[in-house]
Amino acid sequence: MSILVLENIHTYYGEIHALRGVSLSVEEGEIVTLIGGNGAGKSTTLNTISGLLQPRRGSIRLYNEDLSNFKAHEIVAKGVVQVPEGRRVFGRLTVAENLEMGAFTRPLRSEIAQSLEQVFTLFPRLKEREGQLAGTLSGGEQQMLAMGRALMAKPKVLLLDEPSMGLAPVLVDSIFDTIRKLHALGTTILLVEQNARMALQVADRGYVLQTGEIILTDKAAALRENESVQKAYLGVL
Amino acid sequence: MRKNSLGRLTITDVVMFAVGLGLAGVIVAGSAATLSSGKYTLAQWQDLFIFGLAQGSIYALIALGYTLVYGVLRMINFAHSEVFMSGPYTAYFFARYMFNIGFLQAYPVAGLLIVSAISMLTSMAIALTVERIAYRPLRKAPRLVPLITAIGASFFLQYTFRGLYGSGIDRYPELAILKGSISVLGVRVLVTQALVIVAAAVFMGLLYAFVMLSKTGKAMRAVSEDKETAQLMGIDVDRIITTTFALGGALAGAAGVLYALIFGQVQFYMGFVPGIKAFTAAVLGGIGNVPGAMVGGLFLGVFESVGPSLFLDGLGIPAPNQLKDAIAFTMLVFVLIFRPSGILGERLATKKA
Ligand SMILES: Nc1ncnc2c1ncn2[C@@H]1O[C@H](COP(=O)(O)OP(=O)(O)OP(=O)(O)O)[C@@H](O)[C@H]1O
Ligand SMILES: [Mg+2]
Repeated sequence: MSILVLENIHTYYGEIHALRGVSLSVEEGEIVTLIGGNGAGKSTTLNTISGLLQPRRGSIRLYNEDLSNFKAHEIVAKGVVQVPEGRRVFGRLTVAENLEMGAFTRPLRSEIAQSLEQVFTLFPRLKEREGQLAGTLSGGEQQMLAMGRALMAKPKVLLLDEPSMGLAPVLVDSIFDTIRKLHALGTTILLVEQNARMALQVADRGYVLQTGEIILTDKAAALRENESVQKAYLGVL
Repeated sequence: MRKNSLGRLTITDVVMFAVGLGLAGVIVAGSAATLSSGKYTLAQWQDLFIFGLAQGSIYALIALGYTLVYGVLRMINFAHSEVFMSGPYTAYFFARYMFNIGFLQAYPVAGLLIVSAISMLTSMAIALTVERIAYRPLRKAPRLVPLITAIGASFFLQYTFRGLYGSGIDRYPELAILKGSISVLGVRVLVTQALVIVAAAVFMGLLYAFVMLSKTGKAMRAVSEDKETAQLMGIDVDRIITTTFALGGALAGAAGVLYALIFGQVQFYMGFVPGIKAFTAAVLGGIGNVPGAMVGGLFLGVFESVGPSLFLDGLGIPAPNQLKDAIAFTMLVFVLIFRPSGILGERLATKKA
């Protein structure tokens, strides 16, 4: 069954019509990727799902519940958790405090401690840096922290906005390894990427977004073979 | 601006440097002359210092309100002076009543606690009301707009309280247990001043622990850095802003009672000068920075208490104490020119506003 369904979403920035009728769905346990060039509306889509932006038309449903009347912080409590573009860790909070903020909506200390264990198993580096200010971490470490912080909320759907952005190739590989591990653990993921090649390798399905519209959707393997996708996003001539 | 290479010094830089140097020269010369004249005894210096500490503790508590609100909203809550005034002025009537029925004399400690609680709750309520009515609807407006509303709210509150409580000066009842002085490590300290310093220290310690250790305190720091991401963590930003105003208000109410203990009186415009001094202290320490507000407050209190006698007396300036406000604001101007980020606020400049 679909966990998350967007139907005909229109989002505006003032007069700018950024999303022009986006519809997509994410099934339990899937990795779905949303690819597209600069300014296509990928971040706008995620921010609309997260409730930071209000769509002017269309509906967003989580397990068939309409999300349009919930505020951003309430949507997190419902299990839709975003790792924003550019990591956005709290630089003047320590690594441990950042992780604690990730678990902000969860009441039970024992469950939070359990999630912390899992995050440290996934990212042992974060355990070594527990007391360090997040602003002093390297870019790769900050990305790990941003992901770990989101996992602390125990997401039902994890929204990742360009997790590989600005990272060295080795780190990109390790981030995608982590995404595979999360998938293996059963996490449902909506992955936004400009690195379409990598994204289509980990994903089950994909959507191609262009100037605010979904122009194509298919199984990830099929998109990899699609000629126009290859030309526009995979750098194949 | 001053980070340019040496060859690119502007006239302004040179003039500013000369002025700064001149001022430092005046301070050193004045201090040397005062000290060599031997006009003041050690005990007098100690008195000035302790009074400065007590006054500075009060500034620090008020400054925390400015700095906390600036931290989460990036705005100066100019109505904070009136938040400070509303508490002790309202509590005054309860104090007067408890004095008239003899309760305050019979149970001074309980009485003081009640007065403090009323003052803190009143200031908190006023701070929350101002936030809800004057600031929240304008959260997305250009930054000048809430600034203007803040000034409007400040006048509104002043004149509302004048209408409610009258325009005269009301004297707090005096308590026998607060008379006289005690000796701390051989230094004579008035009981009121000792109480003010200790109480302020306790409040500051509690606030610091709250901001650093509690979940809400951490969320306040997260909101102060990045509201949008804080929302993505499930933090209710409006609730955190409310909490911030409540804390700032309660501290101002506590500061108000301490102020009434030292000066013994309340009136509707009593908030103006301490409010501006505390704002100076917050800027001095680095606005948005919690320890900075505490350090800035204490520093300003001591500086304006000891400073006039120390720097100006030796220069032959008569009645230097009357110049203490001028000294405080001169210092504000120099801080803004030479170190706009304040004593502890080095990271403020790089922080996105
Ligand atoms: N705050 C804003 N105000 C006005 N327009 C905006 C704003 N944010 C985004 N836009 C516009 O909306 C469109 C979609 O932007 P969005 O950030 O969603 O793109 P994106 O696909 O995430 O791009 P990128 O890969 O560069 O992150 C762009 O045309 C952009 O200029
Ligand atoms: Mg984007």
